[in-house]
Amino acid sequence: MFEFTGKLKTITIALMLIGAVSIGASFLTGGGHHEEGHHEETAHHDHDAMHKEEGHHAEGASHDDGAHHTEHKGNAHSARHNEDKVETSDFGFHKTAARANPEHNQFYTRKVNSHHDEAHLHHQLENKPWSNLLINTFFFLAISLGALFFLAIQYAAQAAWATVVIRVMEAMASFLAIPILIMLVLIVTGIYHVGGNHLWHWMAEGIMDSNSPNYDKIIAGKEGYLNAPFFLIRSLVYLLGWVGGAILLRRMSLKMETSGDPAAIWRKMRSWSAGFLVFFAVTSSTSAWDWIMSIDTHWFSTLFGWYVFAGMFVTALTVLTLLVIYLKGQGYLEVVNHSHLQDLAKFMFAFSVFWTYLWFSQFMLIWYSNIPEEVTYYMARFGEYKGLFFTMLVMNFLFPVLVMMSRDSKRNQGFVITAGIIMIIGHWLDVFIMISPGTVGAQWSIGLVQIGTFLGFAGLFLFVVFRTLAKAPLVPEKHPMFLESKYFHI
Amino acid sequence: MSTATNKIIINALYDDDDVLLKGVKQVKEQGYAIEEVYTPFPVHGLDHAMGLKRTRIAIAAFLYGILGLATSIAMTYGMMIIDWPMNIGGKPSFTWGENMPAFVPIMFELTVFFAAHLMVWTFFIRNDIYPGRKTQNPDPRTTDDKFLMEVELKGEREVLMNLLKESGAIEISEKSN
Repeated sequence: MFEFTGKLKTITIALMLIGAVSIGASFLTGGGHHEEGHHEETAHHDHDAMHKEEGHHAEGASHDDGAHHTEHKGNAHSARHNEDKVETSDFGFHKTAARANPEHNQFYTRKVNSHHDEAHLHHQLENKPWSNLLINTFFFLAISLGALFFLAIQYAAQAAWATVVIRVMEAMASFLAIPILIMLVLIVTGIYHVGGNHLWHWMAEGIMDSNSPNYDKIIAGKEGYLNAPFFLIRSLVYLLGWVGGAILLRRMSLKMETSGDPAAIWRKMRSWSAGFLVFFAVTSSTSAWDWIMSIDTHWFSTLFGWYVFAGMFVTALTVLTLLVIYLKGQGYLEVVNHSHLQDLAKFMFAFSVFWTYLWFSQFMLIWYSNIPEEVTYYMARFGEYKGLFFTMLVMNFLFPVLVMMSRDSKRNQGFVITAGIIMIIGHWLDVFIMISPGTVGAQWSIGLVQIGTFLGFAGLFLFVVFRTLAKAPLVPEKHPMFLESKYFHI
Repeated sequence: MSTATNKIIINALYDDDDVLLKGVKQVKEQGYAIEEVYTPFPVHGLDHAMGLKRTRIAIAAFLYGILGLATSIAMTYGMMIIDWPMNIGGKPSFTWGENMPAFVPIMFELTVFFAAHLMVWTFFIRNDIYPGRKTQNPDPRTTDDKFLMEVELKGEREVLMNLLKESGAIEISEKSN
């Protein structure tokens, strides 16, 4: 039995307090107005302007020239655009060359020249605390959901090896309800724009109304899927399906402890897990489209859901491994041997590569085809976020691949812990870079508020996980696969 | 009395992998040197029981992978930048660095290709099982359902025979060559 000691409780509650103070501070300071003395005269990454222009060119012209001409309208940089054009027109790539350089790209550096832009900058600043909340909510939701997915896999695949750590997965999954509820709050406040919440651009007023000055033809075309009631219903379905799955699997697993026939329960869990995995396969993608991809409303990527899933799964595996190492270090989980730890580390390694594979698949196709509508997504990330973007890639790909490749390093807890911490930070940055360009644009910052919020969520997560762990025997000795897992050896 | 040229090898045949594994451990404990063990399928823990050194093929594979990566970089650079400069994806920068994303699939494939193929050949050569080699299997039954252990005779013949018999061997014979 795991004991949730007073010391641990104090630490997690202290972390939660730090988080509460950080979130409170971020809202009180009006979304960072005072944080870094932001240059209000320059609107970087002007989201609305982007919509307008793409709206124009979708109406009439082909990609080639329509967008380019609208760009030039009243653009301070048009002279420089033209220079590029002359230099390179032999190759017929003037447009992309000009766009490829962020300094020449009007989306990022255009001076504020209308009331509209100022309003947009205001939105970005107002969005900062909300964006911060969304990033951490989704990050910890993903950890919990990834653990639930892994738990269901154990039953559906009739896997034995990880049975000794199955309680840790259950505890991680038990956190799931909290971030989804916060997500629902974010959605409802977003729909009604409470407290300056403009996270999801398509929720803006009049954006789907052809008589409104805010009208955006492309976004209006997505109304069938992206509308407030359906959005809310989908999120509620995820809540019910995922939390329902987590509660069901946990309950049945605890029932094994007292049941006379644990194998019968295990067989039932197998069917439920298989069903859950089908539900998860669909909803993990749609939730990623809803909560994250729809922030950059014009843009879409068909493998975005899997990319988000890969990040989610590798983070969950990393947290699982770190928790197991921690518990073992505290003298619990004696049945966990080197083979279990090596296999967990193997999963961390493998899914880091899997994440990179999906990241690169998404990136390369867009980079290669070089179509303005698609490339805007990476333009935003190669502009204001360039440093973070490449740091994140190194942390999530190069680091785990080189550090965790050999068998010896997978069996060395120091290596695994170091790699794990780097990967957690790396994947947090990944979520940050997925969400921030569309919500706060160039107004992003990672400071005390962001770190404090992360720590707060981490405290809340650990509090729930430890509390759940303490409620049941840490090792499921009645589990039909327990013996096989106990003597697992590779 | 036994030198490298005229050492006597005793073959012990088993019909169960668990019994074999126990036998290997017993023989090792008594200080005998095990020449080789033939099994119809991989027996878990056998290499450890025989006291074999851990394979270094992982290190070899890593180096082969690096070699493949270097080859692919040199190849794409030579073909696509120097020899026949290509305008890739409407971005005619003609530098390797800026076109690198287009070369990643090649880099990946050649890394895997070199690592996998050279690893297989290394394995063949190190284990003397390259194609065309005459078989060395002392008993064809080990390709079906029997397990054979080759022990080098040391000291009294009777002692080793008894030890093998006790460990569960179903047939014991002297290697004839």
